[in-house]
Amino acid sequence: MSDETPTPTIDGEPEIVDIWLSGTEVPPTDEGAQEMAEEEPEARLREQLGSVVTDDYVDSEVAPEDERMIINMGPQHPSTHGVLRLQLELEGEIIRRSKPIIGYLHTGMEKTAETLTFAQGPTNVTRMDYLAPLHNELAYSLAVEQLLGIDVPPRAQAIRILMTELNRVSSHLVALATNGMDIGALSMMLYGFRERELILEFFEKTTGLRMNHNYIRPGGVAADLPPGWRRDVARIVETIPARIRDYDDLLRENPIWLSRTKGVGVITAEECRAYGITGPILRSTGVDWDLRKAFPYSGIDRYEFDVPTGTNGDVYDRYMIRMEEIRQSIRIVEQVAETMPKGDYRADDRKVTPPPRARIDESMEALIHHFKIFTEGFRVPPGETYVAVESPRGELGCYLVSVGEGRPWRMHIRAPSFYNLQALPVMMADTLVADTIATIASLDPVMGDVDR
Amino acid sequence: MNDEMERAPEGSDADVAPPDLPQVLAGLLADFPEAVYVESAGQHTVVVSREDYHALASAARDAGFEVCADVTCVDWFDRRPIRFELVVNLLSHRHRLRLRLLVPVPADDPVVPSLCDLWPGANFPEREVFDMFGLVFEGHPDPTRILMPDDWEGHPLRKDFGVGSVPVQFKESHKAT
Amino acid sequence: MAARSYPSNFLTTTIEKAARWARTQSMWPATFGLACCAIEMMATGAAHNDLARFGMEVFRASPRQADLMIVAGRVSQKMAPVLRQVYDQMPDPKWVISMGACASSGGMFNNYALVQGVDQVVPVDMYVPGCPPGPQSLMHGILTLQRMIVQGEHVSSGASS
Repeated sequence: MSDETPTPTIDGEPEIVDIWLSGTEVPPTDEGAQEMAEEEPEARLREQLGSVVTDDYVDSEVAPEDERMIINMGPQHPSTHGVLRLQLELEGEIIRRSKPIIGYLHTGMEKTAETLTFAQGPTNVTRMDYLAPLHNELAYSLAVEQLLGIDVPPRAQAIRILMTELNRVSSHLVALATNGMDIGALSMMLYGFRERELILEFFEKTTGLRMNHNYIRPGGVAADLPPGWRRDVARIVETIPARIRDYDDLLRENPIWLSRTKGVGVITAEECRAYGITGPILRSTGVDWDLRKAFPYSGIDRYEFDVPTGTNGDVYDRYMIRMEEIRQSIRIVEQVAETMPKGDYRADDRKVTPPPRARIDESMEALIHHFKIFTEGFRVPPGETYVAVESPRGELGCYLVSVGEGRPWRMHIRAPSFYNLQALPVMMADTLVADTIATIASLDPVMGDVDR
Repeated sequence: MNDEMERAPEGSDADVAPPDLPQVLAGLLADFPEAVYVESAGQHTVVVSREDYHALASAARDAGFEVCADVTCVDWFDRRPIRFELVVNLLSHRHRLRLRLLVPVPADDPVVPSLCDLWPGANFPEREVFDMFGLVFEGHPDPTRILMPDDWEGHPLRKDFGVGSVPVQFKESHKAT
Repeated sequence: MAARSYPSNFLTTTIEKAARWARTQSMWPATFGLACCAIEMMATGAAHNDLARFGMEVFRASPRQADLMIVAGRVSQKMAPVLRQVYDQMPDPKWVISMGACASSGGMFNNYALVQGVDQVVPVDMYVPGCPPGPQSLMHGILTLQRMIVQGEHVSSGASS
């Protein structure tokens, strides 16, 4: 670095090179430079952006067109919760219009589902919403069972509720953690993931995997609860509420947190209904709608719990609802653990469930039966059905069409994040650009769920 | 026996709905004699023609189905004379009720009216159906691809679109050393 | 014989070794979370597993400040150009870890939508198996990569400078 020698100029006076301004004296090279996309015709951008605004939130006559700036956020951005890309039209610091652009994680799972047998299906769907894999499996399994017309034994139902409610807790913990991190409350990140490990350890013990469990299957669950599960669940039930109180102490009345979340990302109940938005976002507007109460599944109506609702429909309300839902889920888990029925953990239906392991060793028929179930799969009578469960993000539905073969003719997942993402342009219209991150974080979108 | 009557294609039979049909649905179906009520796995399903589809959806919204929960499509390929079937799941918070509309759409003219004017939330799912099946939604504010890249050719969830898998390679010469 | 006096506290090495050592101890990963594996990558960096023990907790949001790209998750056809662009923006020397089955080989999704292995897009130094790999697997992958670099073993992209 020869930056000490001043550069001589024509009239002998040394020109002072301001290295602070330029940052470096080395002329910039093209190597590795960001290859900017060809300047898109403005008309096209405007058309793209304009198209999303199907309402009258934006008065385009407010400012002359040239004062607006279009910026692109993502798809590789640390705070978009995955590969979400946003086009924002800014007027100074204010977002006038925005458009989410998705598909960067499209995995073709609905196509893959048509090539997998019904028994293999949960392996596929569990990778959609990777923060709530058990809910995906549950929706799919319930749909298959409805077409098959089989009943699931009480113990399997209770295990399903136990696991999905624990999954709701772990998912909300990640939501709180990332929400905190995005706004700058880094402690939340560390706390949330610390508590999540507690639940994941139990999942690993029960299902064999920390995520993507393939545990809930048509006909029941893959395996019974492991020995000592009561102790593990008791530990979770004991630990989490205490830690939730810690979070409350940290955030509930924290002035920074309040000013970053109160009145930010507001949406109304009517807008939620119009856009098909479900889950904590809908409840934050005061709508008392929870599929666990409205259309109970898997015997969840046997347990007592409350559905928390908010009033303002802002980021703070959604945060409070997630906190309360964790408490309610823990309450359900407690009740399930107390009343866990005895019995089989999967349906006693020869057509669907493989024979017990011990039988395979002694019976040729059982071996053949086992082989057939895992190679050909079982046939599901023709029909179509739509079954929805309340995932941590909202209504997670599975639309399943069978034509009587061993594989589904069509499997579609109604992904809550996909619909919830449509709320972004509504929430962010005419708000500050600084609130974008808080708003996205409070939506808690999972891009695997959005793009499938 | 009831099944036979429900599945009969004649529109007049729609009036002979099962007695446990909720009031709101019975009223809705009375206005649309052409629509056929089918009970599918205990769920209320109505098969409706393309012409009546938008009007029925609009009437359903006014009758209390405030949420358009899902829009998707099934490609029946050679199993049915009319290839595509649009599937719309409606939800009523007020009545705690779901209603599914099935709209057959022929392959040679895959055009259906868009529901975006009734529920703006139909925007994304209709784009997805366009992307995946190639159904065109008339009156959609943003009829572009949503999941696949803009320059993608074909509609992946159609049955005549291959899965696109590549053969898995096992290279004998690349044994781990 | 008069004892020669040397200043204390020094050691001899080669420039290459010193550089390699320095590189391994401050490998900063770029956040490139895509799917399920991204959650495990976050879990690796968070409290319980604490990647900071290996001098790697500084996940950089900007590729310009990162040495290591952890491709955590499935790479779709739509994402592949973006991934390549982020890779091109990283300064040399740089390394790539392909985390999980999907990034390494397409995993269970052998279909139209996914790139069947991120090594078709960028050179990969380390494959971490699993679906998703647990934090321990990822840490093992990272430590193995560090060992390879410090020993001067061939690693595809880092060798260029």
